[in-house]
Amino acid sequence: MKNWLIRIGFFVLLIFIWEVVVRLEIWPSYIFPSFTSVMTSTWHGFSDGSYPLAILVSLRRLAMGYGISLLLGITLGLFVGRIPIVQKTVGSVILGLQALPSVCWLPLALLWFGLSEKAIIFVVIMGAVLSISLSTADGIHNTPPLFLQAAKTMGAAGFQLYSRVILPAALPSIVSGMKLGWSFAWRSLMAGELLYYGGMASLGHLLTMGRELNDMAQVISVMLIIVLIGLLVDFLVFAPVESRIRERWGLETSR
Amino acid sequence: MKLSVQSLTKIFLHSHRESTPALRNISFDVKAGEFICLLGPSGCGKSTLLHLIAGLEKADSGRILVDNQEITGPGRNRVLIFQEPALFPWLNVMDNVAFGLNCAGVPKKDQTKKVLEYLRMVGLSSFREAYTHELSGGMKQRVALARALALEPDILLMDEPFAALDAQTRDMLHTEMQEIWQKTGTTILFVTHNVREAFVLGDRVLLLSARPGRLKKEFRCVLPRPRHIEDFALVEAVREVLEDLREEVLAANQKDLDHEELAD
Repeated sequence: MKNWLIRIGFFVLLIFIWEVVVRLEIWPSYIFPSFTSVMTSTWHGFSDGSYPLAILVSLRRLAMGYGISLLLGITLGLFVGRIPIVQKTVGSVILGLQALPSVCWLPLALLWFGLSEKAIIFVVIMGAVLSISLSTADGIHNTPPLFLQAAKTMGAAGFQLYSRVILPAALPSIVSGMKLGWSFAWRSLMAGELLYYGGMASLGHLLTMGRELNDMAQVISVMLIIVLIGLLVDFLVFAPVESRIRERWGLETSR
Repeated sequence: MKLSVQSLTKIFLHSHRESTPALRNISFDVKAGEFICLLGPSGCGKSTLLHLIAGLEKADSGRILVDNQEITGPGRNRVLIFQEPALFPWLNVMDNVAFGLNCAGVPKKDQTKKVLEYLRMVGLSSFREAYTHELSGGMKQRVALARALALEPDILLMDEPFAALDAQTRDMLHTEMQEIWQKTGTTILFVTHNVREAFVLGDRVLLLSARPGRLKKEFRCVLPRPRHIEDFALVEAVREVLEDLREEVLAANQKDLDHEELAD
């Protein structure tokens, strides 16, 4: 509780300093807008419907890209984690590709998928799928041998070992991969949308528009919204799931 | 004969073509319903022997017969209990106990009946909804026991299941183990390095020698049950055996020393 107070107090102080600096008029307002003008811009964006629409467009792309990433990443991770030859070959390719920022796929994606939002979704997938599959592979590779022996001695075999032991045992790793994948997906989406319009007004597009119109208040208000969405999903979805799983799997004592 | 182990040998290969014989030419028979303790110093291959009987590892030579059938892999008629409880943390106590039945496709209703029956036997009925991180070490091992018993195996293989528990819990489980064995009539092979534990539990105690494991001696324990680890008669009976085992431990240590000297 006390931590919350300190945090809120800090933000209030930050906004106060921001407002004071703006009122000193060191920089023109199109370079450094005030907190109040950012809030006004946010209000306008929501009341004229452009923000909700942009949020929906971006979240829809994210959902598609992230959904496909989960399917691909977990499947890929299963093979990489379980089959040594796949780990040595495909695994090392995945590891190598991680060095490439996912937005670098955009030129290629535009060529492959044409001028459509498929290109953006592809960039999102390339951003998320690698970390999801690596974490999954890691979790699966590290299934405690004792769990497997216990399951075998109780008559589990073949597919049952996967569905009832290996996957559940890897769940903490898979979830942390999902969390990491989510944040990569979100970044990749914004990078993609900034560089390419994709036919619909998205959050990234609102940023570009703000810059073209010299509307820094809008740029900053959209930035705040991007941060907020990222934090909300982390806070409402991943944090509770992760801490619950870690507790139950005995990876940490309850806080 | 329920179980027949015939000239079993197991050799572990290490790197640079070095190998350690873990078991050499072990043979023994177990009758149905017997409680056998395998006793030996650490590193004598007694755990390996249980893993071989459970079908989790393959022998280099020799055969294991259960009901005159050679075993080829793991099977539900021989369930192994480990030193660690090895419970699945993602399942609650009931689902853990039901694991084997579930894998075998036993109908849900029959599963529940069996699970409750064996949870009652180990005295954990009221913890059926609990998750493993909420249980103590002794409770976890009881769940592991119920989980194995629920499959109603012909042979229960126990690999030092009480070694990690505190003395009081272990004493309690010794008593419970004897009751459960008398109730179920299961054939039990129990591995331990604790001489007294072996004599508390076993009808017969098979003494294995140090590396490589060989069957050295066999003792019968005919003291009345339930036995307790501090019974006077038991302590006396154990004394003789201790001498034998001490020689073995010394021999094992001597071998280690020789090995180190060679390495230098």
